[in-house]
Amino acid sequence: MAGLQFPLRDTPPTAPALRAELRAFLAEIGRDWPPIVPAYSWMGFDREFSREVGKRGWIGMTWPKAYGGGERTALERYVVLEEMLAVGAPVGAHWIGDRQSGPLILRLGTEEQRREFLPRIVSGELAFAIGLSEPDSGSDLASLRTRAEKVPGGWKVNGRKVWTSSAHCCDFMIALLRTAPAPDPKAKHQGLSQFLVDLRSSGLSIRPILDLVGQDGFNEITFDDVFVPDSLLVGQEGNGWEQATAELAFERAGPERYLSSLPLLTEALDDLRAEPAAPEAAGRLLARASTLRQMSLSVAGMLQDGHTPAREAALVKDAGNDFEQALPETIRRLIDPTRTPPQVLEMLGLMTMVARSYSLRGGTREILRGIIARQLGLR
Amino acid sequence: MSDIREMLVEQVDRLLADRSEPATLRAAEAGTWPQALWDEAEALGLPLALVPEEQGGVGLGWGDAAALWQVLGRHAAPLPLGESMAAAGLLAGAGITPPAGFIGLGLPGEPVAWGRRAAHLALAPGGEVALHAPSGWQEGRGPIAREPADRPVLAAPLAEGRLPAAYGPDAALLAGALLNAARIAGALEAVLDMTVEYANTRKQFGRAIGGFQAVQQLLARCAGEVAAAGVAVANAGRAADRRGLAGAEFEIAAAKVVAGEAGGTGAEIVHQVHAAIGFTDEHPLHLFTRRIWAWRDGAGPERLWARRIGDAALARGGAHLWADLTSRDEEPAA
Repeated sequence: MAGLQFPLRDTPPTAPALRAELRAFLAEIGRDWPPIVPAYSWMGFDREFSREVGKRGWIGMTWPKAYGGGERTALERYVVLEEMLAVGAPVGAHWIGDRQSGPLILRLGTEEQRREFLPRIVSGELAFAIGLSEPDSGSDLASLRTRAEKVPGGWKVNGRKVWTSSAHCCDFMIALLRTAPAPDPKAKHQGLSQFLVDLRSSGLSIRPILDLVGQDGFNEITFDDVFVPDSLLVGQEGNGWEQATAELAFERAGPERYLSSLPLLTEALDDLRAEPAAPEAAGRLLARASTLRQMSLSVAGMLQDGHTPAREAALVKDAGNDFEQALPETIRRLIDPTRTPPQVLEMLGLMTMVARSYSLRGGTREILRGIIARQLGLR
Repeated sequence: MSDIREMLVEQVDRLLADRSEPATLRAAEAGTWPQALWDEAEALGLPLALVPEEQGGVGLGWGDAAALWQVLGRHAAPLPLGESMAAAGLLAGAGITPPAGFIGLGLPGEPVAWGRRAAHLALAPGGEVALHAPSGWQEGRGPIAREPADRPVLAAPLAEGRLPAAYGPDAALLAGALLNAARIAGALEAVLDMTVEYANTRKQFGRAIGGFQAVQQLLARCAGEVAAAGVAVANAGRAADRRGLAGAEFEIAAAKVVAGEAGGTGAEIVHQVHAAIGFTDEHPLHLFTRRIWAWRDGAGPERLWARRIGDAALARGGAHLWADLTSRDEEPAA
């Protein structure tokens, strides 16, 4: 189908042992998590949890040992991710560093940057935020305006970033900034560069934005003459767009794009036994979950082989978002709220609200479908 | 993909590209048996593809068969080759040498595709396989695909045998579900390709309709469903190769559910994009979409298979749900 192939991949032979370790760890540490934890899942920020994960070698698993990594395979890392997500663990404090900031630094960073940042991501100490969206640049990302001007020894940054998850708790951001004016309106992808920005820099202020649940999950960040030293430019000046879009293949490829609401199915299942419509509905959800898992594993396998399956990742994210959004609504149709345990009702309520973000974050449904349509050859 | 699978898939694809034309499909719906096509399929050894080599067959596995069935679907092949392959495979599994020629596949409660042309019929209730030579057929045709679908008049079986435990009590239904899911996945690929091509050539408001975001969004969604159906079928074929039909019940059920849902959504989208011309008898789109709709119900609609999965999951309980899903293709930890 128009070059989109999803060859099946097996999980690695080490998977069962790895799962056993993860399950024991998560059962213990997650014993008293309230429903808000799985409802936010990888958007939840818990430094203490991330340090514990780091101690066990589950961050930066595929990176070279020289930088603290585990030199394990991408599919072993995949097993760890899916185990975390299946219970909705609050992985947000290390998720972005492990998923995209670390790999970016590893691929394009200087030796000094790798030594400075990677070991601290691995230990769960250093939390990263994504610095892409701006108030006037959401889906049209290349139109971003936050600029970095060359000054002696570094860059002076002015502008704003927004929708930055957990930035008020994070240490660093990888920011995509304009370092040169676009040569013309059609070439706005040029003149962008990526920087490592210390979120405690002088002139940088972070304003929390409450989400519709009432949580302070994301933020607006204002840069007012923030100085970023030359040593924190990542990759090549002016090459930021190519770098950032390659990063998106990692951002969109993972199991977090279909598993966000799975903990609700696990939690609610036993209470559905008396409902005559439950077997068919649960069966349809599980058929989809199993298929999406194979699609997601396929993309992980392509990444492991060194490919950049950006379009396949877009397709799996879109299909996965449909599933994870449909799940809470399906459960809602099956339960009788007067006879359902409060724990289940609370998780359902939270996920009904949080689910709206699934098809917005990391590329909206419409942007993803545009990417897929172009791949199909539609112009 | 294994070499032999790749080779056979290419051969069948080429054969059907030459022979499975709209005219042949229309003739089949009017009751004309595509003898030339059947002869060529037989010359390639396809009807006995699932029969082990020592029993005179090709020795393919279920995964290979699913890949071939997907090709049959991609061309809406107007002959019951998939049914005959499955019937021969089940007969051989029960130690009965499959007879030459087309063998009908009997599924519980369903008429037999092209029964009137079958000298033989395989039935497999509860793990017992029986080879019949029906004394007559009550002729009919499928309500949507319009292909011959006949009910047999049975006499005493010619031979009986028992399937090994790995086939389980529902072997024919599971094989039929895999066959129908695979055909849907293949037909969806075909209609998506047809529709992309149509959208890029049909002009309205001075431009190709494929340039409109509304149309692009629909076809992108369709592509997601086509991909899901293909992956679900491949996963089911792999599971059946590893664990036998009974051990692959979950994956086959999932494939039938996902392919069925994808078939419904996909057919809806390709018709919407084709608009009025796709609603005509003249345009070939319906030769595919009517079969997709029919195959959704063949060997059990989504509802039946979803219930099987759901009943099992509810019986096991939420605490086992994730572990059961992930352990299926993994050896337990030592």
